[in-house]
Amino acid sequence: MMKKLTLIALISLFAFSAQAKTAEQVLASANTPESRGLAIAVEADKRDQGFGDSTVNVEMMLHNAHGQTAKREMRTKTLEVTDANLGDKSMIVFDNPRDVKGTAFLTFSKILEPDDQWLYLPSLKRVKRISSKNKSGPFMGSEFAYEDISSQEVGKYSYKYLRTEACGALQCFVVQRTPQYEHSGYTKQISWIDTAEFRVQKVEFYDRKEELLKTLEQKDYKQYLNKYWRAGLFKMVNHQNGKSTDLFFKNYQFKTGLRTSDFTKQNLKRVK
Amino acid sequence: MKRLLLFFVLISTPTLAEMSGHVAIDSRFFLQGPLYQGQEMNNAPSLVLEPEFYTQDGPDTWTLRLFGRLDPYDPNRTHIDVRQADWLTAGEGWEFSMGVSKVFWGVTESRHLVDIINQTDAIEDTDGEDKLGQPMIQLGFFRDWGNIRLFYLPYFRERTFTQTEGRLRGPSLVNTDKAVYESRHERWHPDIALRYNHYIGNWDFGLSHFHGTSRDPRLIRSGNTLTPYYDLIDQTGLDLQYTNEGWLWKLEAITVDQNDTRFEALSGGLEYTFYNIDNADTDVGLIVEYHRDTRDDKAPATLFDRDMFVGTRITLNDVDSTEFLGGIMWDRNNDSLLYSIEASKRIGNNWKIELETRLFSNTNKNDNAYILRGDDHMTLRLSRFF
Repeated sequence: MMKKLTLIALISLFAFSAQAKTAEQVLASANTPESRGLAIAVEADKRDQGFGDSTVNVEMMLHNAHGQTAKREMRTKTLEVTDANLGDKSMIVFDNPRDVKGTAFLTFSKILEPDDQWLYLPSLKRVKRISSKNKSGPFMGSEFAYEDISSQEVGKYSYKYLRTEACGALQCFVVQRTPQYEHSGYTKQISWIDTAEFRVQKVEFYDRKEELLKTLEQKDYKQYLNKYWRAGLFKMVNHQNGKSTDLFFKNYQFKTGLRTSDFTKQNLKRVK
Repeated sequence: MKRLLLFFVLISTPTLAEMSGHVAIDSRFFLQGPLYQGQEMNNAPSLVLEPEFYTQDGPDTWTLRLFGRLDPYDPNRTHIDVRQADWLTAGEGWEFSMGVSKVFWGVTESRHLVDIINQTDAIEDTDGEDKLGQPMIQLGFFRDWGNIRLFYLPYFRERTFTQTEGRLRGPSLVNTDKAVYESRHERWHPDIALRYNHYIGNWDFGLSHFHGTSRDPRLIRSGNTLTPYYDLIDQTGLDLQYTNEGWLWKLEAITVDQNDTRFEALSGGLEYTFYNIDNADTDVGLIVEYHRDTRDDKAPATLFDRDMFVGTRITLNDVDSTEFLGGIMWDRNNDSLLYSIEASKRIGNNWKIELETRLFSNTNKNDNAYILRGDDHMTLRLSRFF
């Protein structure tokens, strides 16, 4: 509990300092690898604050080791929750495959506890509260775990700045993230965050045996409302089973006027 | 009415309405020959079509969902139904709908006590999860302290029953042409219902009250046939779920005033999920539910007077969404057993194959399932979704 409070205090300290900082300022603001790692995460988070809400269409391509592919389509709505102790609210509705069309998930994400999550089954018109303890389980049979696609909040990890190195045409901070969630599927993640705009470029995921499990690349970044960067493609490769999943994000919309009342159980039934 | 007209204009214009649904071939096999006179073996495929047309204009949505089954050998199973034909509109903190709709209440898996709005389509399946469309006007208010929904149900749908040739019936036929009602308005008795639901932290709960025609008829013997008698009832229900880590704790309870008697029924239990079995992605859930019912002969008969359900849900979390749900309903009074298995898997992007099995075992003469003892069956369903 003490550790959690200290972390929140630190996050608030960094979060309430005024303007966006440059890479140099961020590194200079802290002097241990841990505090530098945290300072980078806080700066990245701060640069994304204020987006309010967003909607996006997601196309998921699943590839197995034999070269077969399967396609999934869904729509996602996200509502920013500014409280550092809570994660964002989101709603995912499936359009494809057709047998799950209209199936919808409502998630109130938490930082260190299981999320509050409800599932809507359109054929039964039934809303079910479901257990979300297992954030490491696969999302729709893909190589993405629920914890990979859920809202990225500063408090979900502890950090350690490792080095700065070239990543393609950019320079990247290399930061080790250790999930603080008790039931996470990972022992650690190594993330590459570019020094120009503090965007995640790449993440390596290490499983419970500390072996490299997956690599995620986030590509085709576009800036929205002159502020918010979003990747157009998440490419996840599983090194242990040879499968991979691509997530294509299309038609991002920001500040669409969504409210808390749009993210409720009763709304799940009519999102379609 | 104008809205409804507009709706049908819209759905007949394919560019404005979205169509989805499925068509399926259902092959049901009985493991024994029929027990009763007039019944046929009925091991034959039938065809199911369930299309949905949907269109949206701002806050207004119109939905039309039809259901049809064509069984070339069992004329009784051949039927069509309007599952949904409604207009729904919503604003900040409220919702209004009118038309034929479906509503589900409840939390438990092996019995649905609280769920009362829609009539069961009992010739579809014996699990009570297939429902007929219910005409209604619905008004909902959503506040910080919870949601209130009011239902006005102007017309009653009679339960469907298996007829002469069909399986899954008793020795006496139910004469559905001669249904008797307590209300002099018969099926036009205006039923009303009210529901409050909310969630606080890990608790989800609902309270409901229904006043109107019982969805469940008493079957009164007259000569060789049974006459369905629909009482006017008052049913108050509670449903509750506590979700914590891998645990789901569930409770449903009702108290019913029917035919000058009052009875209570309760279903409660838990579901616990073991995740990532063997370091694979498989989840294995264990479900235990207990059912108790205090009703006597003055109320419609039930299979679940004092029963326990033990089952498992296995989810592979694979690309094909492979799922398995199997369990045993055990009557604690007379040791009758009902085995139930449901398994499904997607094939490619648009096909799905499902297997359902129900076996009546050790069925005691005093159990209400005794009449079905010769109707063990399996259903293999191949569906194409569009």
